[in-house]
This record gives sequence, structure tokens and C-alpha cells, in this order.
Amino acid sequence: MRAGRHEWAVALPLPLLALLSGCGGIQTIGGREGRDAALINDLFTLFCIVTGIFFAAIMAFLFAAYWRRRGWRADRMAEEDERLAAPSRGGALRVGMFLWTGAVVGGLMGLAVASFFTDRGLAHPNSDNKPVVSIELTGNQWWWDAKYHFHDPSKDFRTANELHIPLGAATYIVLKANDVIHSFWVPNLAGKQDLIPGHLNDIVLVPTRAGHYRGQCAEYCGLQHAHMALDIVVDTPADYQRWVARQQQTAPPPADPQARAGYVYFMNKQCSACHTIAGTPAGGQVAPDLTHVASRATIAAGTLPNTVGSMHAWVADPQGVKPGNNMPYIGLNADELHAVVAYLETLK
Amino acid sequence: MSSPWRIEGNRLLPSPPCKGGARGGSRRSRPNTGVRGLASLATHPLPLPFREGSFALALALLLPLALAACDREQRDMAGQPKPETAAFVAKGDPRAAEYENNAFHIAQGQRLFAWMNCSGCHSHGGGGMGPPLMDNKWRYGGKMEDIVASILYGRPNGMPDWRNKITEQQAWELAAYVRSLSGQSRKDALGARTEEMAVTPPQSLESTERNLVAEKPQSPPGEPQ
Ligand code: HEC
Ligand code: HEC
Ligand SMILES: [Cu+2]
Repeated sequence: MRAGRHEWAVALPLPLLALLSGCGGIQTIGGREGRDAALINDLFTLFCIVTGIFFAAIMAFLFAAYWRRRGWRADRMAEEDERLAAPSRGGALRVGMFLWTGAVVGGLMGLAVASFFTDRGLAHPNSDNKPVVSIELTGNQWWWDAKYHFHDPSKDFRTANELHIPLGAATYIVLKANDVIHSFWVPNLAGKQDLIPGHLNDIVLVPTRAGHYRGQCAEYCGLQHAHMALDIVVDTPADYQRWVARQQQTAPPPADPQARAGYVYFMNKQCSACHTIAGTPAGGQVAPDLTHVASRATIAAGTLPNTVGSMHAWVADPQGVKPGNNMPYIGLNADELHAVVAYLETLK
Repeated sequence: MSSPWRIEGNRLLPSPPCKGGARGGSRRSRPNTGVRGLASLATHPLPLPFREGSFALALALLLPLALAACDREQRDMAGQPKPETAAFVAKGDPRAAEYENNAFHIAQGQRLFAWMNCSGCHSHGGGGMGPPLMDNKWRYGGKMEDIVASILYGRPNGMPDWRNKITEQQAWELAAYVRSLSGQSRKDALGARTEEMAVTPPQSLESTERNLVAEKPQSPPGEPQ
């Protein structure tokens, strides 16, 4: 019976190993796909190794002490104490003490120096003078508003909840907030940075591998904080240029009659008071830009995958999908709903 | 646990160590533990309801009163049209009370006031090309229903109609906020003060419609009403 209990105890930590399976993929603190993330990860690994060695040493001493004491009677302990304090043993203890103190001081100094250099590295994100991409990212309850800025301001465009950034460039992001504090965090690429109302913050992303990553608001900001995700796509420079050229285009006029009916509804009803579609009269500034909404991977900041079905669900009743968000229930009838979604699907 | 202190005359002394067997005896000689001890400190014994556990019991009985505070923030986020009301805003609409004293709706109205750029014409309530909204004068009436009608259907001298630009629920939320600008809402429903410069004292329970009239002189004769 007793042996059985012990086996159980050994098996207890095993399920924890399953957690390791979380250390991969598009949103992980173990990611090294950005320059900053790699620096921070190296430092973290170094800390784990050094503190791990010391932890193991302390545990070894502790268990050695338990082992020696086992079964001793109290009256023999005094005897043993005397023996340890005897001058003949003093030398060994003192040497041990010095060695141990030296190891602790050396270890801590090493970690301090390593953090210093990591910090310097993070402070000069673009030391090798890569070309710069400039984005202005504003946090709202509960979505991300992005403006891409170019030398020629007529090339600027606006999008939402999905950023594309190129390899081989430093992406300089100015962070703002409209209502409450949010936090920008794409763990695969870099650390966190807060978005604070009435204050400018910034962060520089230098990605090192193309791919699709996921960011998340990392500062509790209200009811739908959990549904405030951000897709980040790191493109090759050619792909990025293609994407930018596409985003700079305005929306084409709708061709088929259903989409045209949707266009008319959108322009004449509530939608256009909040949303912008470039190239149309819709110019609301308080909600996600919909000029290329159909080209994005998700809707409502990662709440739903961007399919025709979920677009219907969203427009029909946004409060059912994401309760408390700032797009109201409007109450379109079935024909209006189909028409509006048909129009939105043309906004590639 | 018994108290580590005992009282002799008017001095506070550490109590002697309490050993297992002596427990009953020491309790008798030191009656100053817990509520019982407190009561005995009084020169005159307190009347029965205040003695012993009655205090705790009374407190416990009072606790359910706290439940009365539980209906404070009802958030009707879905905002679906209510069957009892027609689309047209009638006097005595039941929605008026529902929106006016609800913190969530007032806060949403404040957000919409900025979003829909009401400030562009009304300047945070102080008035610009549109009339001020934080005084006690109303051209078209200051009741919730009147304000909703002003917003939804517009007014002839330059107030646009918002019927197809905002939902009906949003019009009610805006009206609730507009009323709060002149301090008509219940104090406990008001949100934080805005960051804009204000020409009125902070919103408070004191500045109700009635004493606003009393405080401020009516428009001088001759000025158009
Ligand atoms: C009062 C302002 C408002 C109105 C009116 C409004 N929306 Fe929205 N809409 C929003 C906000 C705010 C969001 C972002 C919600 C979120 O993700 O938290 C949004 C999100 C969306 C999205 C998802 C965008 C994305 O990239 O994730 C679509 C599509 C959309 N709205 C379509 C419409 C249509 C169609 C109408 C008209 C029937 C409409 N909206 C009316 C405020 C509004
Ligand atoms: C284009 C400018 C403009 C905008 C934008 C505007 N208003 Fe007005 N508003 C006016 C004018 C002008 C009047 C006076 C109309 C009249 O006297 O006939 C007015 C009147 C009103 C009144 C009636 C005041 C009274 O004394 O009875 C209310 C309430 C009101 N506006 C609220 C709003 C709200 C809420 C918004 C935002 C949704 C808004 N307004 C946006 C110009 C504007
Ligand atoms: Cu958040």
C-alpha cells in the first residue's frame, strides 16, 4: 500500500509536462520570431539555467541534511554539534562558506550584467539602420485601429485588427488609446507596451521570420477585454508591397443588384455614421475601417473567423456575439441583412 | 482562544499562562473575553438587546438591506425595440425613467455625444452655433421625450435629424446624457466628470431643475425665447 502511495506522488508532476505543449504556435512567450523576443528569451533561458543550478545545489544540501539526521537521538545531536565545531573541521567549513558566498555573488553579478546588455539591446532596436515602416495604432474598447503612414500622405491608409509588417524592416508603431488603458502584446515578436489615453507610447518590431502571429490586449480594459485580439502577419517584402498596394485602393462600386442594395442601405443608415469605407460617402471615424474588411482573417478583433456565416451573425446582432461592444443592435430585416453582407463581401 | 490580557482595577496586565486543566477556573476569574468581557466593562449593565451576541445577530439581520443596492446597474446592451412603445416618441414614454437614471446609459450617451460630434455645434453642452444644453432653458422642452424628439427628428433652425444615423436606443442614451449636463439625473447614476472645460459647477444632486431656475436670472425681456 505504502509503496503505491509513493508511486502516485512521483506521477503527480507528469501531467504538468502536458502544459509544455502550449509552448509553441502563433502566440507564445517562447517565440523567437522577433529581435526583441529573441533577446528576452535568451535572457530568460540564462536566468532559468543559473537559478536552476543554485536551486539544485540548495536542494542537494537540504536533502543531505535530512539524510544525516534521520533516526538520530536528541542526546547524540549535541555530541555531533560539538564535533562539527571542533577546530579540525573549522577549516573545511570556512572554505565551503567562502566558495558558496563567492558562487552566489558571482551568479548574481553575472545575471545583472546579462540583464544590462539585454536592456541596451532592447533600447537600440534599429541599430543596423533597417528601412522603417510607420504605423499609428489606437486602442479602443474593444478593437484596434491602425493607420499606416507614408512619406506621401496621400498614400496613407487605415485598417483594423490586422497588421501586416515586412521582413527586413523595423516597424515603428506609435501607440495611443481613446478610452481606457490597453496594452499591446505580440509575444512572438516583442514585449508589452501600454496604450494610454492622452499619452504617446511606441514600440519597434523587428521580425526575423515570416508567418502569422497573434497579439492580445494585455491590460484589462472592460467587459470584452478577452475579445480584443490582433492578427499580425509578417510578410516577405514583395508580399508586403502587394498588400499595401491593395489596401491603398478605395472600394470598388458594387456590381450585382444585391450588393448594390446593400451599398444603398449602408450609406443611408446607421452603419455609415460609425464606419468608413474609402471611396464612398461613408466616413465615420469611430469604428473599424471596412474598406477591405473581407480581406481580413477575423471579425470583431478575433472574435469570429471571417466567413460569410459569421458576417451574417455579426451584422444581425453584434450584441449577441460580443455582448457590450460598441456596435449597437440595429435590427435589419432579412433582405437588408443579406444585401449588406453581400456588399461587405465585395470589400476584398 | 482566551485573551492574552486581563484587567485588574484600571490596569491591563498580561494574563497568566493557561494550562489545560485550569481552563474552566481561569474563565470564571477573568470574564473579560470577547463580547461578554466588553459588556462587563460598562459601569451599568446594558439593556438586553445590546448585550452579548444580540449585537452580532442584529448586524446579521441588517445585512439583507444591502441587497437593495443590487439593482443599480442594469445594462440593457441588446437594445432591441420594446414592444410597448411605438417608433414615434409619445409623452409619458416608459423608457424615459429607464434611461434617465441609469449610469450605463448615461455613460454610453456621453460616448455618443463625442462620437456623433454633437460638440461640434453644442460645444460640450456650453453652446455654439447650437444652443447650450447645460442651462435650464429649452426651446423645445427639456423632458426626456422632448429631447429624444429633438435628436431623432431634428429642429428647424439647424438641428439635423439623426433618425437613420443612430438607433433609437442611442437617442435615448444621448437624451439621458443631455439631461445630466444640467444636473437632472440622480447623483448616484452620474459618471465621472468630463475632461472638457465646463461653465457650470460640477454636476450634483443640488442643482436640480427647480433651483437652477432660482439661481439664474431668466432671460431679460426682449431677448427671443
Ligand atoms: C454606433 C456605431 C456603429 C454603427 C452604427 C455600426 N457599427 Fe459596425 N462596428 C462598430 C464598432 C465599435 C465595431 C467594433 C466592435 C468590436 O470589435 O468591439 C464594429 C465592427 C463592425 C464590423 C467588424 C469589423 C472588423 O474588422 O472586425 C463589421 C463588419 C461592421 N461593424 C459592420 C457594420 C454594419 C454593416 C453596420 C450597419 C448595419 C454597422 N456596422 C453599424 C460600430 C458601429
Ligand atoms: C450642425 C450642428 C448641430 C449638430 C451636429 C447637433 N446639433 Fe443639436 N441643435 C443645433 C441647433 C442649431 C439647434 C437649435 C434648433 C432650433 O432652435 O430649431 C439644436 C437643438 C438641439 C436640441 C434642442 C435644444 C432645446 O433647447 O430644445 C437638443 C436637445 C440637441 N440639439 C441635441 C443634440 C445632440 C444630442 C446632438 C448630437 C447627436 C446634436 N444636437 C448635434 C445644431 C446641431
Ligand atoms: Cu484589454
